Amino acid sequence: MSNLQLFWYILIGVLFAGFFFLEGFDFGVGMSVKTLAHNEKEEDQLIETIGPVWDGNEVWLVTAGGAMFASFPYWYASLFSGYYLILLLVLVGLIIRGVSFEFRHHMPADKRWIWGWTLSIGSLIVPFCFGLLFTSLVQGMPINANGDLSATFTDYVNPLSIVGGVALTLLSYLHGLNYISLKTTGPIRTRARNYAQALYGVAYVGLVAFAILLYFNTDFFEVRLTSTVIFLALMVILTVVANLALFKGKEKTAFLASGLTMVSLVALLFTGLFPRLIISSISPEYDLLIENASSSPYTLKIMSFVAIGLLPFVLGYTIWSYYIFRKRIKHTDVAGY
Amino acid sequence: MMDIVTLARIQFAMTTVFHYFFVPFSIGTGLVVAIMETLYVTKKDEFYKKMAKFWGNIFLLSFAVGVVTGLIQEFQFGMNWSEYSRFMGDIFGAPLAVEALLAFFLESTFLGLWMFTWDKVSPKLHVVFMWLVFVGSMMSAFWILVANSFMQHPVGYTINNGRAEMNDFVALVTNPKVMYEFSHVIAGAITLGGIAVAGMAAFRLLKKDSLTELSRTVYQKSLRVGLWVGLVGSVTVLAAGDFQMKAMLETQPMKFAAAEGLYEDSEDPAAWTLVAWMNEKEKERVFGIEVPYVLSILSYHELSGSVDGMNTINERLIEEYGERNYFPPVNALFWNFRVMAGFGMLMLMVSIVGLFFTRKKKPILYEKPWMLWIVALTTFAPFLANTAGWLLTELGRYPWTAYGLFTIEESVSPNVSATSLLISNISYFTLFTILGSVMVYLVIRTLKKGPDALEAAEHEEPTIDPFAGGAFNE
Repeated sequence: MSNLQLFWYILIGVLFAGFFFLEGFDFGVGMSVKTLAHNEKEEDQLIETIGPVWDGNEVWLVTAGGAMFASFPYWYASLFSGYYLILLLVLVGLIIRGVSFEFRHHMPADKRWIWGWTLSIGSLIVPFCFGLLFTSLVQGMPINANGDLSATFTDYVNPLSIVGGVALTLLSYLHGLNYISLKTTGPIRTRARNYAQALYGVAYVGLVAFAILLYFNTDFFEVRLTSTVIFLALMVILTVVANLALFKGKEKTAFLASGLTMVSLVALLFTGLFPRLIISSISPEYDLLIENASSSPYTLKIMSFVAIGLLPFVLGYTIWSYYIFRKRIKHTDVAGY
Repeated sequence: MMDIVTLARIQFAMTTVFHYFFVPFSIGTGLVVAIMETLYVTKKDEFYKKMAKFWGNIFLLSFAVGVVTGLIQEFQFGMNWSEYSRFMGDIFGAPLAVEALLAFFLESTFLGLWMFTWDKVSPKLHVVFMWLVFVGSMMSAFWILVANSFMQHPVGYTINNGRAEMNDFVALVTNPKVMYEFSHVIAGAITLGGIAVAGMAAFRLLKKDSLTELSRTVYQKSLRVGLWVGLVGSVTVLAAGDFQMKAMLETQPMKFAAAEGLYEDSEDPAAWTLVAWMNEKEKERVFGIEVPYVLSILSYHELSGSVDGMNTINERLIEEYGERNYFPPVNALFWNFRVMAGFGMLMLMVSIVGLFFTRKKKPILYEKPWMLWIVALTTFAPFLANTAGWLLTELGRYPWTAYGLFTIEESVSPNVSATSLLISNISYFTLFTILGSVMVYLVIRTLKKGPDALEAAEHEEPTIDPFAGGAFNE
């Protein structure tokens, strides 16, 4: 494995981690629109917390997809064709939620509720499907010598992957609640905190179930014992930190901790897979490896220059835009986007 | 049940055509809005601000649908065309990744800033946000066309380990096809933005008795701004198209011959076929009306020179690439070319004549419903022209996904079932029908509400200094 291949594997991991950190909370906010808000004014308030930034957050996923295509085309081809129907659901979720913001804003008052629902449902489908995808992937998939993945229903849907799907959805929801209590004032801020407090109890149970199922259904504890234990422990610690911070009213800490929980989860899965990309359940010979699934050294080199050259700018203006919109959204003066 | 190649092709056609209604719409109206807002900043005329905000709403609607349908494009190469992705990923993935890094982040971040900072930052900074969005969308078009140009005319690669590997990134980016496609596509998008704004304004001006003074003025001014943009766009599109056609003659002669419906080599000088119908099975022309000399002029800018027909080119292709059917869908190419070029000409005419009849001294266009109807109905022309243009380009690649390297048959995902493809086709079709209807409904609603609905222009000082900290301490 060359350094460039390793660099791109890490970069893709970072992009997914960034995606779940950033869009994780706006999925959570999306779900909250129909579960936390009590009236349309509050729905508006919630949507306005992510209005200016959700689209940029989604680009992390687009970039992760593009980066996979460019740096590991065999991985991209096998994964995307193999997870056909799950990715179709992801797309449907992203589509109905993506148009909700504009459509809701322009709809006549009596029809706005439709697009509140599409926003919530779309925001729920996507993290659930991604959870399902990643946690079924790490268990190994029937992938043949050509890299074609032809799985059956139970390959995609099994105890670990369901727990994975639910866990990622729950983490996104919690992350969203933390974001809401950080970004709003008024009754919804308190309510978000109360919801989160209650749900952290469920999160602990979920984490334990996840760890146990991971032990029985993957080879993570055999091949990557140290990193697996470290990242699992980190997830637990960060969940505790978020929970405590919430209790003490330290909203920034809670938000950062719930975001980093997501990052730890991605790190756990990516280190556990390493140096494989897709584990073949047919024969280890058919494993898709970082080493044999990548683009040519030339393409990797060019793409590295591009990525290293552009990322600072992207991060710069992204941070700047968050800085511009750092104000809390008051429940009294919501513009109604 | 249909086979997976057909289903995957239908999906590619459907998603690309639908997506491409919104791409040029948002690039073009984005430019129109940026121009209007710039006029506001330079002339300090609140009126232009109202215009920018009003058309900005319609721009945002199209942007939203454009973004979500673009996601399908990125995913479907892997989902439906995994063999293509394996063969071409080394080259094809790179521009897609650069597009995301260079263009999408820029567009979406600054669009968010633009939407939510009206009257909160200084107008000068605010208009910069809009221009950055426009620059982002142009860069996005550029990189996607780098990828497409490779499919039309592969350069800068070697075949290694059974796949195409990039060996010259600069060649990929400077592929001559890129500049032709880019200028043609961008000019087409700009034309669309201008003509659509002018046309939608014309629709409203037809109801002028029900309009307030403010709305009427907004629509009249918008109509003129739109026609100016449409004029610049359609002249550019014509020039770019001319260059592109000559390049096509060299690199994709089959596409060119099919677009002209030529089975046999043409006479010298070559006559141009105005209308025709081909029997694709028998490989012969059923009927046709020809205009002498014009094809030679179009092809070579000279009064002589013959053009090879499809039969001759087919022989050459068989010799070069082996026994295979190289005939693209001839009638489709022939008619798409005429729809594209015909509506292009129409838009040019409407822009010129429309600007003439709306000049300050004698703006008679606003008084004549039949003239307004012509401008209004032209709204649909750029959509048809753009779609026809892409169908010509993409169908004309047949039987290749990458010209001369890899065929459509070889490209499809072998592990995806026809049922899965059918499910996704039905899902997308349903979604597109809903999104399209809601979009049209909302655009009409926005137009009917008119610019009156926007809040009165405020004269407040900006409340955000984006470079100062501490502005928002609770």
